[in-house]
Formats: sequence, C-alpha cells, structure tokens
Amino acid sequence: MIETDWIWGFAGGLMIGVAAAVYLLFNGRIMGASGIIGGLVDRSGLATGWERAAFLAGLVLVPALMALTFLPGADTNITNNYTAIIGAGLLVGVGTRLANGCTSGHGVCGISRFSLRGMVATVFYLLAGGVSVVLFKHLLGVV
Amino acid sequence: MLRNLFAFLSGGLFGAGLLVSGMTDTTKVQGWLDVFGDWDPTLAFVLGGAILPMAITWHLSTGRARAILGSEFPGRPAPKLGHNLVIGSVLFGMGWGLVGLCPGPAIASLSWGGTGGLVFLAAMVAGMMIAPGVRTRIDRIAAAT
Repeated sequence: MIETDWIWGFAGGLMIGVAAAVYLLFNGRIMGASGIIGGLVDRSGLATGWERAAFLAGLVLVPALMALTFLPGADTNITNNYTAIIGAGLLVGVGTRLANGCTSGHGVCGISRFSLRGMVATVFYLLAGGVSVVLFKHLLGVV
Repeated sequence: MLRNLFAFLSGGLFGAGLLVSGMTDTTKVQGWLDVFGDWDPTLAFVLGGAILPMAITWHLSTGRARAILGSEFPGRPAPKLGHNLVIGSVLFGMGWGLVGLCPGPAIASLSWGGTGGLVFLAAMVAGMMIAPGVRTRIDRIAAAT
C-alpha cells in the first residue's frame, strides 16, 4: 500500500531535484547545502558570497512563508536534549566539511551523476546514521 | 544580479521541497534510519524523486561547456576516496542519526524550528569553523602512519 507520506516525499523530492537542476543549469554550481553555507563560514567561498547568501535567503524565507500560510504547524519535532543537539550539530558541521558534502551534495547531486565519491559518502553516512539511532535511541535512550 | 535571483529561486524551491517531503521533521528522518525499529521508508522516495530530475540535468549538461548564466560546469572530481571522505561521512551520519537534522533542513526550518533548531544551527556553524583545523590534524596523523 502506498502511503500519503510517500507521495508527498516523492513530490517534495522532485522539487529538491528541480532546485538542484536550476542551480546547475543556470549558475553552473552544485547544490550542496553544507558547501554553500560552509564556504561562507570558513571564508573559502567569499568570492561567490552573494550567490551563496541569496540561496540561503531563499532556503529560509520560502519555507517560512509556507509555514505562515498554507502549512501551519510545521514542526521539526527536535529532541529537547540540548547536549544531544549541540553534539549532533558539531558532528554534522565538522563531518560534512571534512567529507566535502552532505545529503544534498553527495546524495542528490553526486549519486545522480554516478560519482564514486558521492556514492561512497552516502553509504557511510547512511550506515553511521543507522548505527547512531540504534546506539542513542535503542541502547542509551538519550533521544 | 541574475545569478543571485536564480540562486534565491533554487534555494527557495529546495526549502519548499524539504518541507513538503517531510524532511524537516526529525522523526521522519530518524524513522528512516531506524531500521531495527519502526522503519519509515519516506526518505527513499524523497531521494529517488530528487535524483530523477538531476540525472536528466547532468545528462543535458554533458557536451556543454558553460551554464546558462556563463560559468563553467563543475568538472568531475577525481574518483579519489581518501580518509577525510570516509571519516567525515561517518561523523556526519552519527550527528544526523542522533538528532535527525542535516544541513539543508536545519537551515530551512530556521523560522519555526524553535530554540532547539537555533542551537543546532549554531553548533553546526561552530563545527564548520573548526573543520579546517580538524582536517589538518587528521592529515598529519594519516601522513605519519
């Protein structure tokens, strides 16, 4: 049975793919969230700073507008364990910069061009994510 | 100016897609990673849906040197795997599983993600700031072994 969530997931996925296509076809760049913000944070991407800032502005403002209008009640349902939140944020920040990509760069943009690096990265972060849920949720019960 | 406009449009559509697909909901992401618990396959549909238009787009871009607004298309990186790709992906995956946010959804949910979301973003930015130093240390250890 196909659930509604899966259809919304696929529809949203198509939008993400088209967004990445626009960034590639028009701007000639790979749409990777960690790279776009990371280049501003460590100043390695300041030469394309305005383009990065414009992308991030759209990424914040459009969902904000949607949550205010036709999708009220949008919620991340994030844990209230702040030690876990800080630890996870640090891991995601360091990890994505070391690996040069996250779910959007390696996952969406890398796999779709059959990039070996993208596929290997995706295998490792998926496996580590699965292990992390088993460890922190089922064994330690912190989230 | 046009570059910024299309970057804004792309970022906006990315954010809309993340919200519509449910990927800004940490319980859906953790549900996907929770293979031994109550497994939620939604993320596979999201990734499949996103890869489809991008695969077509990569195909369209081959044989063309430049993007519509003039810059060169990104070249294929050398298929070199390296320790940083693996170590970084493992660290990222651990953090992703722990809280259920990756960089895109963390930014997209800024306006409604509450204090938890803000703290996550701040920690993520801090992690990105120390990443170059961490990389240097890992490279030094790798070179010594």
